[in-house]
Amino acid sequence: MGLLSKKDAKLITDPLADNNPITIQVLGICSALAITAELKASIVMAISVIFVLALGNVVISLIRNIIPSKIRIIVQLVIAAALVIIVDQILKAFAYELSKTLSVFVGLIITNCIIMGRFEAFALANGPWKSFLDGIGNSAGYGIILIIVGFFRELLGSGTLLGIKVLGDAIEKTGVYAYGYENNGFMLLAPMALITIGIIIWVQRSRNTALIEHN
Amino acid sequence: MAKNTDSNLYTVLFASGMVLIVGTLLAFVASSLKEKITENKRIEKQQNILYAMGVNENDETSVEFVSKSVVAAEFSKYITKQLVITGTEAVEDPNAYLIDIKKEAADAKNPNYQRRLPLFIGEKDGVTLYIVPVRGKGLWDAIWGYIALDDQLVVQGVYFDHQGETPGLGSNIKERFFMDDFKGEQILDGDTFKGITAAKGNADPKNMNKTDFQVDAIAGATITGDGLSAMLKKDLKMYVPYLKTLKQ
Repeated sequence: MGLLSKKDAKLITDPLADNNPITIQVLGICSALAITAELKASIVMAISVIFVLALGNVVISLIRNIIPSKIRIIVQLVIAAALVIIVDQILKAFAYELSKTLSVFVGLIITNCIIMGRFEAFALANGPWKSFLDGIGNSAGYGIILIIVGFFRELLGSGTLLGIKVLGDAIEKTGVYAYGYENNGFMLLAPMALITIGIIIWVQRSRNTALIEHN
Repeated sequence: MAKNTDSNLYTVLFASGMVLIVGTLLAFVASSLKEKITENKRIEKQQNILYAMGVNENDETSVEFVSKSVVAAEFSKYITKQLVITGTEAVEDPNAYLIDIKKEAADAKNPNYQRRLPLFIGEKDGVTLYIVPVRGKGLWDAIWGYIALDDQLVVQGVYFDHQGETPGLGSNIKERFFMDDFKGEQILDGDTFKGITAAKGNADPKNMNKTDFQVDAIAGATITGDGLSAMLKKDLKMYVPYLKTLKQ
């Protein structure tokens, strides 16, 4: 890669697969369960987290040498919360429609363990540019899983994708519903998100056996 | 110079400094954007009221309000009268839509307070519509809406919105498939007020029966649906004495 050194590029590509925050580090599960019932919400959440994590990582990295270690967790929390609130306020003033879609995610972003996890594990020990890349990589890794889970939950649970009826109409019995297919309402509930993530973890580890932990 | 970032004094100073900086920043952002945000909320209210009475730019499945640029003109065109009902009295007030329902409901807990109930009267295609604002609790946070009734107290349109219901589940109360079900529903059984319930297993998913006081609930959104039913019962009921006078 011309733009990024090999090491820098790895900061982005690693968390996408072999060090994925959800499937390998098992962070950020709470929000992955809560909002993946439809694809659109998953995409919005993915974009928001990319923004907050990349920016937050840079801020933390810039002040990493002056943060007193005793209160570093609180400092991280304050920065994450402040960033999210500022973004929310700006959206409310200039893109009101979008801010309404995002409102439910604001609280979820602040408490997302990936944010705190990356601040603590990476930004406190690395420079701003590296932290920025790490933030992009980890939030994108999180986003990919969210979108995969959202895709299957919305498709199998509601028979739609992004609100478009791709399988036909369940009530009018058109499309695949004409052959007796039914939506699986269970897919819309949180436990199925956990099972879906479990299946992703299984598929990933069976393809790359180096990821399997041995006790 | 190496700083001792572990000393108590430094920690306290850092924390105070951080709070000061972040606090100032947030206060500055909030106050400089306040005017724009209030304006956006006012426009949204007008759009919501118009939506409930059927003035919108919906296509087959979408929820589209009239655009921001024309909303003020459309609002004064379609909304012919705004009333504030206090007790048995109804007074005209061109800014009734700005009444804060949440504040009124909180103030009404004081037994000496006379709650002000805003009612919007509009006219579309020769039909006079009475639009009632409602507000209640969903699963996580507030839910609210506007119900447009004709003079026979039959629902002609609704708009629901929410603060933070679960995306894909409770948040679907603002989707067409749910809101459209309310059209044509009655709220009075003869002379008794029944409201409308979002009911599970009402064996009427296409909502053909318009006199059962029920619409089909959303799967996975039981608490939101219950909150919505309770909101309709509680808030519509306050208007019933006034609305009944229209029916005669």
